[in-house]
Amino acid sequence: MVARTFSRILWALLVAGAALLAARMAWAGAPLLGAALFAAAAFAAWVYTTARAHAPRYLLPGLAAFAVFVLMPLLYTVYIAFTNFSGEHLLSQDRVRAWFAQDLYAPRDDRFSFRLHPAAAPGQYQVVVPMGNGDLGNNLLISRPFTPAEAAAGQPVVLALNVAAPTAKPLPLRDVVAARPWLNSARFSFPGSPVPLRLVGLRALGFRLPLWSEDDEKLVHAVTGQVLVPDPKRGNYVDEQTGAPVGPGWRVWVGTENFRLIFRDPAIRAPFLKIFGWNVAFAFLSVATTFAIGVALACLLQWKALRGRAIYRTLLILPYAIPAFIPILVFKGLFNEGFGEINQILTALFGIAPKWFTDPGLARAMILIVNAWLGYPYMMIIASGMLQAVPDELYEATAIDGAGPWTNFWKVTLPQIFPPLFPLLIASFAFNFNNFSLIYLLTGGKPDIIGSATVAGTTDLLVSYVFRMAFKDSSARFGFASAVATLLFFVVALLAWQQLRFSRPAPAAKGGRP
Amino acid sequence: MIAGRADRLRLVLAHAALIAFIALVTIPLFMVVSISFRQGNFAVGGILPTAETFSLEHWRMVLGLPVPQADGTWVAPSVSVLRWFWNSVKVSATSAFLILALSSTCAYAFARMRFRGRERILGGLLILQMFPMVLALIAIYSILEALGRWVPALGLDTHPGLILAYLGGIATHVWMIKGYFDSLPVSLEESAMIDGATPWQTFRLIMLPTSLPIFAIVFILAFIGLVGEYPLASVVLQRTDQWTLAVGANSFLYEQNYLWGDFAATAVLSGVPITLLFLACQKLLVTGLTSGGVKE
Repeated sequence: MVARTFSRILWALLVAGAALLAARMAWAGAPLLGAALFAAAAFAAWVYTTARAHAPRYLLPGLAAFAVFVLMPLLYTVYIAFTNFSGEHLLSQDRVRAWFAQDLYAPRDDRFSFRLHPAAAPGQYQVVVPMGNGDLGNNLLISRPFTPAEAAAGQPVVLALNVAAPTAKPLPLRDVVAARPWLNSARFSFPGSPVPLRLVGLRALGFRLPLWSEDDEKLVHAVTGQVLVPDPKRGNYVDEQTGAPVGPGWRVWVGTENFRLIFRDPAIRAPFLKIFGWNVAFAFLSVATTFAIGVALACLLQWKALRGRAIYRTLLILPYAIPAFIPILVFKGLFNEGFGEINQILTALFGIAPKWFTDPGLARAMILIVNAWLGYPYMMIIASGMLQAVPDELYEATAIDGAGPWTNFWKVTLPQIFPPLFPLLIASFAFNFNNFSLIYLLTGGKPDIIGSATVAGTTDLLVSYVFRMAFKDSSARFGFASAVATLLFFVVALLAWQQLRFSRPAPAAKGGRP
Repeated sequence: MIAGRADRLRLVLAHAALIAFIALVTIPLFMVVSISFRQGNFAVGGILPTAETFSLEHWRMVLGLPVPQADGTWVAPSVSVLRWFWNSVKVSATSAFLILALSSTCAYAFARMRFRGRERILGGLLILQMFPMVLALIAIYSILEALGRWVPALGLDTHPGLILAYLGGIATHVWMIKGYFDSLPVSLEESAMIDGATPWQTFRLIMLPTSLPIFAIVFILAFIGLVGEYPLASVVLQRTDQWTLAVGANSFLYEQNYLWGDFAATAVLSGVPITLLFLACQKLLVTGLTSGGVKE
């Protein structure tokens, strides 16, 4: 029982550590996260110390990893699909308000150059403002020593005439630049002025006031008197009169708006349907071509009279053995229109140089060629496995009827191997339906569809379309991209469910490249 | 069987067809090798390097050796491709090993224990895994960012963070190992249990040693799959010295900065070891791929 005591102590220490981290999280303003962490640690400790709960012990690590990195991202994506999260609606409402609060204006145009001195006490500073002319004459306005934290919060640091001058030399510009983060929020009061001085350049202070003053929920412009009201439906401050949005927005729940957009906005619907159509065609044609080539080769290699089958097989598997990204990029270079080797050969032989990357039809043809190259070995491997299970008696029976290889193939082989292969074909269809790497690395979705409201290419699959919309477009429409992703998931989940129904599952559909 | 003239003709035709097909399929591979030895990053002259255009500059570049510049000076490349290769191997091997550990324990519970919701969790795993990782990138990015705030070693732009994110991909592997466990006879375990072995002991001392072949298959398939993973690595890893091969190799073929020759050498250098690994385990892997279908 020493082992059990030891394990209990170990778990107690672990939970204590988790509690410490959770407390720190709660302290730093993330109590929910801290609570979740603590609950998870306590649950794990319970599972591994109680005498019951055998199955959870084995399931917990794997299912936890799955929950955090597959399930949570999935749910989060679905959630985002119902919000307006995007490059324009990136912040929380508090951060947007802070953004407006940063906007300053100058009620008076005077600027004063200043010097920053280190004070006698370490970590403290003094500011000296020489007054050239005007009411105060050739005098020095000097602050008492202050810390950066004091300057940024509370009352402005008082500048006055009768303060002892700092003894140290002023800081060089380099150090002033380094002090900018806190100098930017520092405020200084000028004798006789209600308006504080703020940093307006690296060497100057000027009178600055917030441009927007908060009036309850509203924001009022100090100069024009324009009134902005928050619109919780759109996640924007809008002009009270015109209703036009002003400034950055924040994230709000928009319901099914993103989904409606897909089907209603013609500038989105048209490219979406085009991409969807190509996506289905691509997945189907990919499966069809790789299946045809793979089965044909498998049948040839099945022929016992053929010598050197082992060598043929190894050479034929080669495309499957190389990590996919390498041949995809290799083909990208070989097909290059200007100086690709394939066009060099075609020019030398036939005098043509097809535009593989600018003509939509040719780009699609190129993608199918490359995918056939990548995918046929997998089909060949699984078809070979199936062929071995076809009983020889069937061929002997047809041989009596005088059937040739052609009839044999259509009447015996294919009917025998197709049903068990079918679930694997569905898996392959689902894989190609979302074959991101191929499209993204080969064409990047280009050439682009003309007249589309979002980034959209003629060779884009939905999955690369979503990726580009979220990560490669300046407007970063996360909400809309997530809506498309959610739809896409339903399509693929339906396929996966069908596959489960048709068979015990076909593994290796993910690790490899069917 | 009688080998008639028709059959002999067919044999010749079959050999011819296979050789022609293999030539067509392997030509791109030979081209890349030859391009990696050709001077410059643009096709000048023929596809095969001649005596004048033969050059080791691309190979020097990928191995991190100084490369002659146009002005006659020699400059060492800023990041060596070997570094990316090492990063890829490190990340993929660690992830594959941990994935194996997580999925084999899960598979054991699914194969040998009875508990509520077993079938449902098993089916749910497979269907949910179909959600393409690419689409969940926004969420994974935010999770790693939040994690990095508390545990910097697991945050964005770190290898442990990327490895952690890869660990979610266990569903297909769980299915595969469970299928293998199902095919093992339970009698051995039962007698061990009768002798007083705990489930953990039966798992460790009986299941693990008898399942080494399937573990090897899962490990290699996971490893090869992860070496080629691009989208997640490209979003998580930002500094060039942290990149994996898949991310780094793509950076040679940007439209503005098209380094065809350097890429070719990178492709050969990184492709050869992994291809050899695959071919060495070919028999094992082919069994693994087909076992799902042949059985029953």
